[in-house]
Amino acid sequence: MSQTTAAVSPGKSVWDGGTSPMGVSYGKLMMWFFLMSDAFTFSGLLITYGLVRSSNPAFVGPVQDFFFATTHWPIPEKVYDAIPFVHGIELPLVFVGFMTFVLIMSSVTMVLAVEAGHRMDRQAVEKWMLWTILGGLTFLSCQAWEWTHFIIGSGDGTATSEVVNGQWVQRIIQGANLHENQYGPPAFADFFFFITGFHGFHVFSGVLFNWLIYYNAATGVYDRRGHYEMVEKVGLYWHFVDLVWVFVFTFFYLV
Amino acid sequence: MAHHEPQVVVLPPNKEKIKKLWRVALILLVVTMIEFIIAFTLPHGPAKTSLFVFLTIVKAGYIVGEFMHLKYEVKVLFWSVLIPMIFIIWMLVAFVYEGTKIVTI
Repeated sequence: MSQTTAAVSPGKSVWDGGTSPMGVSYGKLMMWFFLMSDAFTFSGLLITYGLVRSSNPAFVGPVQDFFFATTHWPIPEKVYDAIPFVHGIELPLVFVGFMTFVLIMSSVTMVLAVEAGHRMDRQAVEKWMLWTILGGLTFLSCQAWEWTHFIIGSGDGTATSEVVNGQWVQRIIQGANLHENQYGPPAFADFFFFITGFHGFHVFSGVLFNWLIYYNAATGVYDRRGHYEMVEKVGLYWHFVDLVWVFVFTFFYLV
Repeated sequence: MAHHEPQVVVLPPNKEKIKKLWRVALILLVVTMIEFIIAFTLPHGPAKTSLFVFLTIVKAGYIVGEFMHLKYEVKVLFWSVLIPMIFIIWMLVAFVYEGTKIVTI
């Protein structure tokens, strides 16, 4: 009996406690698993977009002849061709490209904050966290403008026919809501609101978390704790938000 | 009043590491620009879509591998995160395939 217990001496296996089995702290591991579940949620949204898009008729013909109608799926570059303060000039996807640039840059400043945290450099952490927060706020402002532009609509709207009291009536749809939109089938605007909205909400919460990290770093919480691991954990979340945008950019705006 | 701030030793910046991070950022921006150019030069079709998907996966690889540091984590963690992504690929293929069938019926 005593021999069998001696054969498995405590503390020898990585699962016996005292060490991290996967080489990372509990909090970081759980952040990874949370992000995986979040990846499944976003995939669900984007893949359903793919399903509904491929089941709707596409526009047939050359791109320059494209026109908006509720009966075929729009070409994204024709929908998102406006930038703020400039009216009447078509700059397809330029504004979305700028938003992508902002988010990638804020991801870089985040990873620089993590690097500064490894060195216990409080001032550098504060500096890079503030740049990251600024990037997040810029992205959110851009999205607010894009949503406003999308909801109000542009041009002369799109004509649609419907039966009212037994008669076919022509009506102009201007702008977009969850019920109808001037760009294409109702589902197009629905997916726009849900996918970019869900991502935007992630950016919003990310900015709040980043602010919390900045505040804690500035008040010396992590210096007293002896490590800056919280910067890494929130950094993982922030990079994930950037990662999701890379996929949204491709599957919603480019394809 | 005996409140002492802990003695913190600040290490100098790791120049090589920081340089590497900026290089990854540059790659991400260049790939995005390439995607942008492709969007307006190549005709729409399966080839263009595949190219977009490939470039997106390249970008995702750099973000997850370098920025999120997954490339340098323990192998168990690396595969625990990556292998479940098979389900997403399967879901994507199945759903888009089904979608094309809905339109033909």
